[in-house]
Formats: sequence, C-alpha cells, structure tokens
Amino acid sequence: MIPEIGHFSLILALVMALALGVLPITGSLNGNAQLMALARPVARGLFLFVATAFGCLAYSFIVNDFSVLYVASHSNSLLPVHYRFAAVWGGHEGSLLLWVLMLTLWMFAVTIFSKRLPEEIVARVLGVMGLISVGFLAFTLFTSNPFERLLPAAVDGRDLNPLLQDPAMVIHPPMLYMGYVGLSVAFAFAIAALIGGRLDAAWARWSRPWTTIAWVFLTVGIMLGSWWAYYELGWGGWWFWDPVENASFMPWLVATALIHSLAVTEKRGAFKNWTVLLAIIAFSLSLLGTFLVRSGVLTSVHSFATDPARGVFILGFLGIVIGGSLALFAWRAPKVGLGSGFDVISRESMLLVNNVLLVAAAGAVFIGTLYPLFLDALDMGKISVGPPYFDAVFAPIMALAVFMMGVGPRARWKQASLAEMTKRLLPWLVASVVLAVGVTFLFGHWTAPVVGGVTLGLWALLSSLAYLVARVRDSAGVGVWTKLRTTPRATYGMLLAHAGIGIFVLGVTLVKGFESTSEVRMRMGDTTTLDGYAFRFLGVQQIQGPNYNSSSATLEITRDGAKIATLHPAKRIYTAQNMPMTESDIYSGVFRDLYIALGDRVSIDEWIVRIQHKPMVNWIWGGCVFIALGGLLAVSDRRYRLAITPPAQH
Amino acid sequence: MNRFVLPLIIFFVLIIFLGVGLKLKPREVPSPLVGKMAPTFHLAQLHDASKTITPEELRGKVWLLNVWASWCVTCRQEHPLLVEMSRRNIVPIVGLNYKDKREDGVDWLQKLGNPYVLSAYDHEGTAGIDWGVYGVPETFVIDKAGIIRHKVIGAITPDVIQDKLIPLIKELNGA
Repeated sequence: MIPEIGHFSLILALVMALALGVLPITGSLNGNAQLMALARPVARGLFLFVATAFGCLAYSFIVNDFSVLYVASHSNSLLPVHYRFAAVWGGHEGSLLLWVLMLTLWMFAVTIFSKRLPEEIVARVLGVMGLISVGFLAFTLFTSNPFERLLPAAVDGRDLNPLLQDPAMVIHPPMLYMGYVGLSVAFAFAIAALIGGRLDAAWARWSRPWTTIAWVFLTVGIMLGSWWAYYELGWGGWWFWDPVENASFMPWLVATALIHSLAVTEKRGAFKNWTVLLAIIAFSLSLLGTFLVRSGVLTSVHSFATDPARGVFILGFLGIVIGGSLALFAWRAPKVGLGSGFDVISRESMLLVNNVLLVAAAGAVFIGTLYPLFLDALDMGKISVGPPYFDAVFAPIMALAVFMMGVGPRARWKQASLAEMTKRLLPWLVASVVLAVGVTFLFGHWTAPVVGGVTLGLWALLSSLAYLVARVRDSAGVGVWTKLRTTPRATYGMLLAHAGIGIFVLGVTLVKGFESTSEVRMRMGDTTTLDGYAFRFLGVQQIQGPNYNSSSATLEITRDGAKIATLHPAKRIYTAQNMPMTESDIYSGVFRDLYIALGDRVSIDEWIVRIQHKPMVNWIWGGCVFIALGGLLAVSDRRYRLAITPPAQH
Repeated sequence: MNRFVLPLIIFFVLIIFLGVGLKLKPREVPSPLVGKMAPTFHLAQLHDASKTITPEELRGKVWLLNVWASWCVTCRQEHPLLVEMSRRNIVPIVGLNYKDKREDGVDWLQKLGNPYVLSAYDHEGTAGIDWGVYGVPETFVIDKAGIIRHKVIGAITPDVIQDKLIPLIKELNGA
C-alpha cells in the first residue's frame, strides 16, 4: 500500500510540475497576475508530493519491504537501520528521486526567499524549475520507477553495496545533489532574465547568493567524496580523475567562474552575456554529469544497449533543456548591451583571465572525460585517459589561476596601475618564494615542482593577508579595529576562500612530494619502520559484524620508543554478496596521517600490510572546508539582505 | 548569423555525436601503422633499469606488444586474460609500461601476476608516440619479419582472443 501511495504521489507531482512549467510563465508573458500567482503555491505543493514519495520509499526501506524491487536489490534485513535509510539513494532509481526531491526543495526555498522579487521574475524562475522537474519526474516514472513491485516478494534483499555502507556515503550524495541541483536556480534566473530581456545588476545581485550557496554545497559534496575515497577505497589516494569525480568537478569549475563573473556583472554591468552563458553551462554540466554517472554511460557504455529507452530519454532531455536554453541565448543575447568598458590592466580584465582559465580547465577535464566515451560509443574500444593527461593539462592552468587569484583582488575596477600593484605585491611574492624554499628544506629533499607548489600555496595565503593589511593601512585616521569591523563579510568570505585554496595547494603539494609507502609481510610480533615510526603487528582477530565477518588486525605504532597509537585495519566479507572489503585504519593528525590497510593473508599466520605516511594530507580537505566557509560568509553579507529590494518598485 | 549561436552549434555537434554513437555501430578504424614495420625503441626494462630491450630481440617470432599502466582501470580488466594467455603459451607477450611510476608497475605485476616475457619501461611515453598509442590499453600483433599485423584498441576480451588473435597468430606462425 505505502509504495503505491508513493507512486501515486509521484504521478501527482508530475501533473503539478506540468502546471507549474506552463501556467505561470504564460501568465508572465500575458501579464496575467492570477496565473503568475499560481507559481508559489504550486511549487510548494510539488515539493510536498515529491517529499511524500520519497518518504514512502524510505519507509519501504526501513520496514524491509522486499516486495519492492528496488528495496530488494539495494537493502538487506541485516543492514543497520541508518544504512537502510541511506540505501534509498544507493541505486539509480532512488538517486533520481533524491535529485527531484532536492530540486523541489530548492524551489521551496525560492518561494520563501523571494518576497521582494517582482512577480513575473518569480513566475518565470519557478516555471523554468518546474519544467526541469517535469523532465526528471517523467524520466523517473517512465524508465526508472523505484516503486516497481517484485512478485512474489524476495525473502531477503541483495544488500547495499558495501562501499556505500559508510557515514560519509550517507551524506555525500545529498550534499553533491544539493550543489548540482542548486545550480538550477542560477540557471532559472538566467533563463528568466533572457525571457524578459532584462539582464542587469539587479538580476546579478539576485543570482549571486543562490549561486554561491549551491557552490558551497558542491564544494562540500566533492570534498566528502574525496575524503571517502581516501579512507574507504583502501589505496590512500584522494582523487583519481575518475569519470564520476570529473562529472562533479566540471560544474564546480564553471560555477566558480560564474561566481566571479556575476561579481563583474553586478558591480560594473559588464560580462552580461558571458555570465548568462556560464549559468547555462554550469547547470548543463550538472545535468550531463548526473546523467552520465546515473545512466552508467561512463563506466560502461553498454548500459545504453541494455536499456535503450533510458539512453534515448537522456539524450532527448539534454537536447531540449540545453539546446532550448542555448537557442534562447542565441536569440536574446545580441540585444543585450556590452556594459561599461575597461582597461587591459583592471579588475575586470583580471576576472576575465580568471574566467578563461577556469573554463579552460573545465574544458580540459571535459575532453579527458568524454574522449573515452566517444571512442567507446563509436565501438573503437575501451580506453582509459588517466592521471598523466589530467595532471599535465590541469596543473599548469590552475597554477596560473592561483597566481592570478593573489593579484586580481588588488586591481582597481576599470583601470589599475601595474607599477603600483607590482610595488605592493612583489615583497609578498618574494616572501612566498623564500618561505617555500625554507619549508621544503625543512622536509628534507626538495624538487622544483614541490618548491613551485609550496610557493603557490603560500602566495595564496600571504596575498590574502596582504589584502587585509593594505586595507587597514590605506584607511588613515580610522582605527585598525574599526576598519576590520567595517570590512564587509563578502570580502572576508573571498579572502577565506582564497586562503582555503592556498591550504589545499599546500596539502596537495606536500603529500605528493613527501608521502611514503611500505608494503610488508608481517607475522605476529613483527616490527617494521617507516619515516621514523615503528609499527608492531600484534595479530589478527575474527570479529562478527551485523552483516559482515571481519578479520581485524592490531598494530601498535611507536615513535622513539613512545607509544602513540593502536590501529585496527581490517578485511571484511559482506555475507549477502560475499564481497570482500578493505577497511583501512588511520592515525590522523594536522601534520600527517599514518594510514594502514590490511592486505591478503599469505600464509596461516602471515599477512600483507600496507603502511603509508602521508604528511599534510588533511590540509587538502581542510582547505576545502575553508573554501566552503568562505562561501557561506560571503552569502551572509548584509548587502544581499538589503539589496533584495528591486531598484525600481512601484 | 551572430556569434551567440556558436554555443548552440557546438552543443548540437556534441548531441549528434552522442546520438550517432548510440545508434550506429561503425566498423573499426584501422591504425595507419598496421602493415608497416614496427617502430624500434631502446627502453630500460621495468624490473631492472640497467638492462634495455628493443623489438629486434624478437625478430623471427610472432609476438604481442601490450601497452599498459598501473593507473589504468581498463588494464585491470584485461589483465587476467593476458595472464591466462601467457599460461597457455599462446604467444610471447611484451609489456610496455606506459607513463607510469616504476615501483607502481612492478608492484602491479607482483600482485596481479606477470604475463610478460619482457617488460619495457616507457616513462616519458616516447615509444608510445612512435607506436601511435593514444590511450591505454592497446595491443599490437607483430609478425616474424617485424611488421605490425593488427592493433587492438582498448581492453582485450575473450571474444577478441578467440576470434581474432588466436587465428591470426596461428596464421602468422604458418601453422
């Protein structure tokens, strides 16, 4: 009964989405206030019905209703209840439902935080989002219905993929989807602006907080995914340039460009067309990414062959949404003015360079990700484009972008003096280089890429500090404290995010440059050393988990004779699918991780143990946290709260 | 025609490409190197940097050159098949470890089994360029005279081994 209610809610949601997609936009074009007024209540109703459907699916999981095919293939009666809930988005159908839920949640948020927007803008924004949800609801209902029954019911479920039975995996997809789908708000604002032909500073100001919040979610989502891969996959790697990762990274890069471009559009009225195009591209990449990953096209093109209906639907939907918005862009953009001009050396030109670099980086990732897909689609074989390509293309582009990040904020709008900027920034650049040489010297051996990376990381940190110092010094007569207090939160947000990039770069460089690995066979009582740490193997115990059996090893770590930690890396066999999993154990710290994974048993009492020393690895995710916090701080700036009032309201 | 149409055009090219990829099954595109002399190389061996290896050493034999890397996920798929082929002594296989870290490559062979009679180490990818490698894995069939007879792009599958490689190797061996 409950699954049928869910199914029915989903059908009602589709009907409401259709109404939302057609009526308010029509009203906004004819000036029909009644039709426009439908937008908010219908959007809220849509959210309610999708939430009901989601609740019904979650209920089926929690009560172990194995007569639902999707539940039977992604859960198990022995699965702990929190993972049963997370299993709702453990497969294709449920992920789509989560996607739609997030989309309607954003719509709900728009209905609440749009009190001071003009009615026709609200009608169009919600209408566009309604149309997007039509596509997703139809896709869910017609090709990927999670409520399909399995008769007779299965005795027990096939269990959730053990890789996904993990706390980070519980929150990673919702975060990531919040980010993906959140970009639809910026997209909807862009389309609404194109329909109305009104691309002005007000539009940019409305879009900015939504874009930034979506971007914060995306940042956190990607970070969690990377962190999860690090400790769960058991290899100690944190980024693999895997198609699934790239699919989330491309929208992030473009959304980052969009955030910066929106700033120019709001402050200077320039880059309007470019900003709109970025908003369209960012969301298009989210759509493309979701589908590529969800349809399994990227991991194996053959899933298209097994379910041609899905492939065709995906392509058709992408064609309509992206093609339609780009057509609208091509039609409307020529009528949009260019905005005020600027000098070769100016804040605008710096941000333009930033945009070009970020979009180029996204393009490089795009090509690297889709090239194997095209080759495979054309039946020319399966190819891996691996880290060598991405490292070679991506690192130089981003190095330049990070360098510019320190320079850009110091340039004045419209026209800046290169000589003055050089005078002010050169000491900080020299300090970065000197410190970088010092730091790498401290770590022992040093190579050019490491010194370069550390310099860039320090530069990002020091140039942010320099910005603040200059701000305080330039305000003669005002106290330091007053000046710091009156600096807008948006500025602090920017500095924090930029400093976060610096921390991230430092982490990446130092872990790449100085990590070490040792793989040894160990018996009970054996001791091995790595980078001054001694690891003593104290044997393996059999432990029975709820839905797995575990061989858990005990290793004692000492340094200079003093005990610092006891770790329990394990190998688990998940009973439902007889699937082995490596559960690494990590002694984590601010300046280094000691990472132990238990390998195979080579003889009756001898195991392979993989030990890794990873200096500064946590700075990678720490940097991401700062980046996300910077975004939040920027959104909380009071000017967004004041500026919601449209400039000309009668 | 204005420049703002450009994104739309690019997008439709992409869509058409994807659509064609979905619907059609075009024939394999032959490598320009097939039928030509195998390019030569002098590379260090994977396991011992002081020893080198060149294709000339295999003159007079039919052999396979398999290009792989430890970072390549698809290689992991085809690897058991290579190990099986070497166990059945079908043909000598030479490995070309491509743009990899030496210790990663050695580590991989230790863990997953070593199907190669010889392993070359192409850290810079220079030999790969000569051989027209544009991704890993790729596998070449070279005849007794040192001429490339066939190229498999992407992972070897059981079908490819049965239907293509084994008959071709038999033919080239003059059996």
